[in-house]
Amino acid sequence: MGTLPTNSRRLDKWVEGGMVWVLRFSGWASVLVTFGIVVTLVTESAPFFGHVPFRRLFTDTMWTPLFAEPQYGIGALLAGTLVTTGVALCVAIPLGTLLAIYLSEFAEPRFREVVKPMLELLSAVPTVVYGYFALLTLTPLLQEIYPDLPQFSMLSAGLIMGIMIIPYVTSLGEDSMRSVPMLLREGAFALGDGKLGVALRVVFPGAFSGLASAYVLAISRAVGETMIVAIAAGLQPRFTLNPLESAATVTAFIVQVSLGDLPHGSIGYQSIFAAGAVLFLMTLGFNLAGHALRRRFHRAC
Amino acid sequence: MLSVGDFIVLASQNLRKQEARASRRRSIDRWFGRIGLLFTIGTLGVLAILLLNLAASGLTRIDWQFLLSFPSRRAAEAGILSAWVGTILLMIVTASVAVPLGVAAGIYLEEYAAKNKWTDFIEINIANLAGVPSILYGLMALGLFVYQFRFGQSVLAGGLALACLVLPIVIVATREALRTIPAAIREAAFALGATRWQAVWHHLLPYSTGGIATGVILAMSRAIGESAPLITIGALTFIAFLPPAPILSHAPFLSFDWLFSPFTALPIQMFNWVSRPGEEFQSNAAAAGLFLMLITLGMNGVAILLRRHAQRNIKW
Repeated sequence: MGTLPTNSRRLDKWVEGGMVWVLRFSGWASVLVTFGIVVTLVTESAPFFGHVPFRRLFTDTMWTPLFAEPQYGIGALLAGTLVTTGVALCVAIPLGTLLAIYLSEFAEPRFREVVKPMLELLSAVPTVVYGYFALLTLTPLLQEIYPDLPQFSMLSAGLIMGIMIIPYVTSLGEDSMRSVPMLLREGAFALGDGKLGVALRVVFPGAFSGLASAYVLAISRAVGETMIVAIAAGLQPRFTLNPLESAATVTAFIVQVSLGDLPHGSIGYQSIFAAGAVLFLMTLGFNLAGHALRRRFHRAC
Repeated sequence: MLSVGDFIVLASQNLRKQEARASRRRSIDRWFGRIGLLFTIGTLGVLAILLLNLAASGLTRIDWQFLLSFPSRRAAEAGILSAWVGTILLMIVTASVAVPLGVAAGIYLEEYAAKNKWTDFIEINIANLAGVPSILYGLMALGLFVYQFRFGQSVLAGGLALACLVLPIVIVATREALRTIPAAIREAAFALGATRWQAVWHHLLPYSTGGIATGVILAMSRAIGESAPLITIGALTFIAFLPPAPILSHAPFLSFDWLFSPFTALPIQMFNWVSRPGEEFQSNAAAAGLFLMLITLGMNGVAILLRRHAQRNIKW
């Protein structure tokens, strides 16, 4: 400790005490971020919910808060989110589950170690690139098959979004399938079942709450995805459940309004915070459900 | 009554039936293995198609002129100078906020925090924060940073939004890296009279640099590709100038004016070009997208290698 042991010890004590507070503050900073999001959404959307009768959110059939005669049917935006998410899940859940079963039960461990990080690259691709791909490559391709498909369609955006969320399903799903105890598999093999039988009748049910949490978290991703739908699904709110049409989602509406001039406190400004509040509640619900399922799965294992 | 001969015939028939069933199962398994492999390769093929697709329409646009020109109304003269400078400046802000804060939070939760309901609360909060859609960070930044704090539609506001967005990634990576260090290392440091912070600073942090670096690279690659929060704070404007330089030729030599400058970034520039009609703008978009893909995939590749390297080289 050199020539000045008491001084240096006093310094250590100072550093020790100070660092505890620095670290504690940093730990709580993430809570501050959540707090910031919630408070901003509530305070900035409060005037909107204040002057729009609550009933009209559900009885109006169009979402046109910026028009001279505004309509506030948030259902028009929710329908867009519902359809694009639905299309994405039709791709991601079967394909993601298939890959999870294959990687967990069939593939060689070395193959799996190489492939899993590569699959995860699919969710690392910038979403604006996916949007480009959906609009300029997939849509023209789909138009060859179905010539009436408009330039912007929820189908095309949803399909690409499905590819983006495959890794969420596969990665979490494979983890939970592999944590099913080997003993259960061996028991089923001893009774004469084959690999696929064991995978479907033993491992899949055993890992189901883990897989379900993967599905729910994937839904949350799809609901909150912005750039793909803003580029390829269209920016015009439309109350339709037909994936072959174009329609805006909750997120795309926020982008569309943000693209214009947006003075602080204008009705447009308030309306994107209202849409954001709805989006926050939806994803919060899915996230909490997903984490609850995951915790239940880990406790069962 | 069955005679012995009948019994043998029945038994061998039964055996044959079982063998047939077993071989059918084996062939089902074989087929499923093939289908799984096919779909795995097919899914990975999407990545290759994406890259080839961008290269096919964007590669011809990439040259020095494209790198060193400002955006322009004429597609052929347009470039990504203000975009990549903006992306670098954003990343400086993001990294210098998210990395210290995230690493410190990870250390706090892993090494300091007591196991009580407050800690549980922070942990649940981080897990949820990781699932909040990126555009909501943009809305928070718009209401809080742009208007409440009066940062304007600046590099600072955008960088802070991205820092909040990637904070959970850094925290989780730090915690995982610290968790792999055996308790014996901590006990040895304490036994020699180290304080908790000395144990962290001299031992735990150096041993977990590999894991933390992996997390930081992944976080930055996420932030580079993110465009929704930046669009929400109103960054999609025509920017044909560079923010003021951070280094001056005269005293005080350092300037932070760039923090408050309007900006554009690579993904926003690409979005701008995608939404314009005309094939030339689309090939500009493809060229910008090619850059983005190479940067993010490259960073992810480095992170994968680093993780593998860190795992292999540590022998406790």
